[in-house]
Amino acid sequence: MTRVPGWILGLLAASLAAQIAWQARPAAHLAAQALPPAPRPEVLRLAAVGEDAAAARLLMLYLQGFDVRGVDYRRLTAWLRAALALDPRSAYPLFAAARVFAETPDPAASRIALEFIYQEFARDPNRRWPWLAHAALLAKHRLNDLPLARRYAAAIQRQATSPDVPLWARQMEIFILEDMNELEAARILLGGQLEHGGIQDPNERRFLEQRLRELEQRVK
Amino acid sequence: MPPAATLARLVLIEARRGGLPWLAGTCIAAGIGLALFLSQVALTESRELQVAIVAAWLRACAVFLVAAHVATRTLREIDDKVLELMLALPLGRPSLYLGRLAGFAACGALLAAAFAAPLVLWAPPGPVLLWGLSLACELALVAAAALFFAMTLVQPVPAIAATAGLYLLGRSIAALQALAGGGPLADDSIAGTLARGAVGAVAFLLPRLDAATRSEWLLYGAPSASAYAAVIAGLVLYAVVLAAAGLFDFARKNL
Repeated sequence: MTRVPGWILGLLAASLAAQIAWQARPAAHLAAQALPPAPRPEVLRLAAVGEDAAAARLLMLYLQGFDVRGVDYRRLTAWLRAALALDPRSAYPLFAAARVFAETPDPAASRIALEFIYQEFARDPNRRWPWLAHAALLAKHRLNDLPLARRYAAAIQRQATSPDVPLWARQMEIFILEDMNELEAARILLGGQLEHGGIQDPNERRFLEQRLRELEQRVK
Repeated sequence: MPPAATLARLVLIEARRGGLPWLAGTCIAAGIGLALFLSQVALTESRELQVAIVAAWLRACAVFLVAAHVATRTLREIDDKVLELMLALPLGRPSLYLGRLAGFAACGALLAAAFAAPLVLWAPPGPVLLWGLSLACELALVAAAALFFAMTLVQPVPAIAATAGLYLLGRSIAALQALAGGGPLADDSIAGTLARGAVGAVAFLLPRLDAATRSEWLLYGAPSASAYAAVIAGLVLYAVVLAAAGLFDFARKNL
């Protein structure tokens, strides 16, 4: 230490302090930035160098950093579609579309997210029906669009034919037409999924229970 | 003990003394730290997110460690005239080359076992075992590539860059072919056809690394036996091609 000239120590200390000061500048938060257009899935696959499953999930972490109120939903659904193309078995893009992005207060944006769920449901109905079931509830209670809710419910009834799909989901149209409020319907949907082991992830369970509590507060 | 096995053992001892186990331990610790962080930010699929990202991280670390270790050790032997000393021993050049390659491949296998072990925290043991075995074969291929390029190019940066280039091309060639294909909007001009043909020709010369050591096995279950056997056979075949190319270059070299 004593052999190091003082000016070198000074330079090191000054440059380190300057670096910390430089990085301490207020940076633009991701949520305030505009979402860029989504690349083609082939381009994402090239960038992922074979780690498609990891890339799809990292992409979802990137997307959930944006504020739903300021985001272009056409671009957002293109990104979600790209994430699903990278890993079609991942539930994350449809979960985020149904439970985060479709619950925006902007009805036009919500419709874009719901339509995305409806289109992607058709590619794998027996796995993806829970998100369309939630989309049907949102269409009925948030958008007050009963024909849209019935269209989604009918699609579940018609296409989700696996024996693993619970009976109430296979009779979704009746469920939608029943005279119950959003909280009751949400409780049945969440309870049904928990009962059938559809929600095993602790983070997802916590998130959905929190959403249910928020809904209870709003209904009160 | 046959001379080639003695050489392989020496390579392993050298790897241990060179600090490779510490680097591997640091990579595993960083991977577990990353997993803990990811479990806090995921809204759903937290287990899947953790296993996919940690597996990708550990795979990349293992490949980098093996490539850098093989290239730097080989070039150090050349610079310190250790290789010339070994050539003076009553040992054929093929035994010398293959013995060292076996040592590096064993080093890769140990690294693969160490890197697969923590994945049992998030994935069933069967798929983890298949993933680890595939990684061991992949690392043997990387070791063969790094040894070949180090012996041929005789400079560390070009050797590591060439190994990384070959590896990344092997990982992305299927995606490149899909991009070159262009789908329904494919360009039917001569230039477009030539580009597709060129990518297809390059693909014949590369290993299909995108099909090996897949995170999907850990997420959704092991592949079928035939698909897995095809992946392993492809890796072993390409490692043999690289070893043969290295033997050819080493045999013709005037040292």
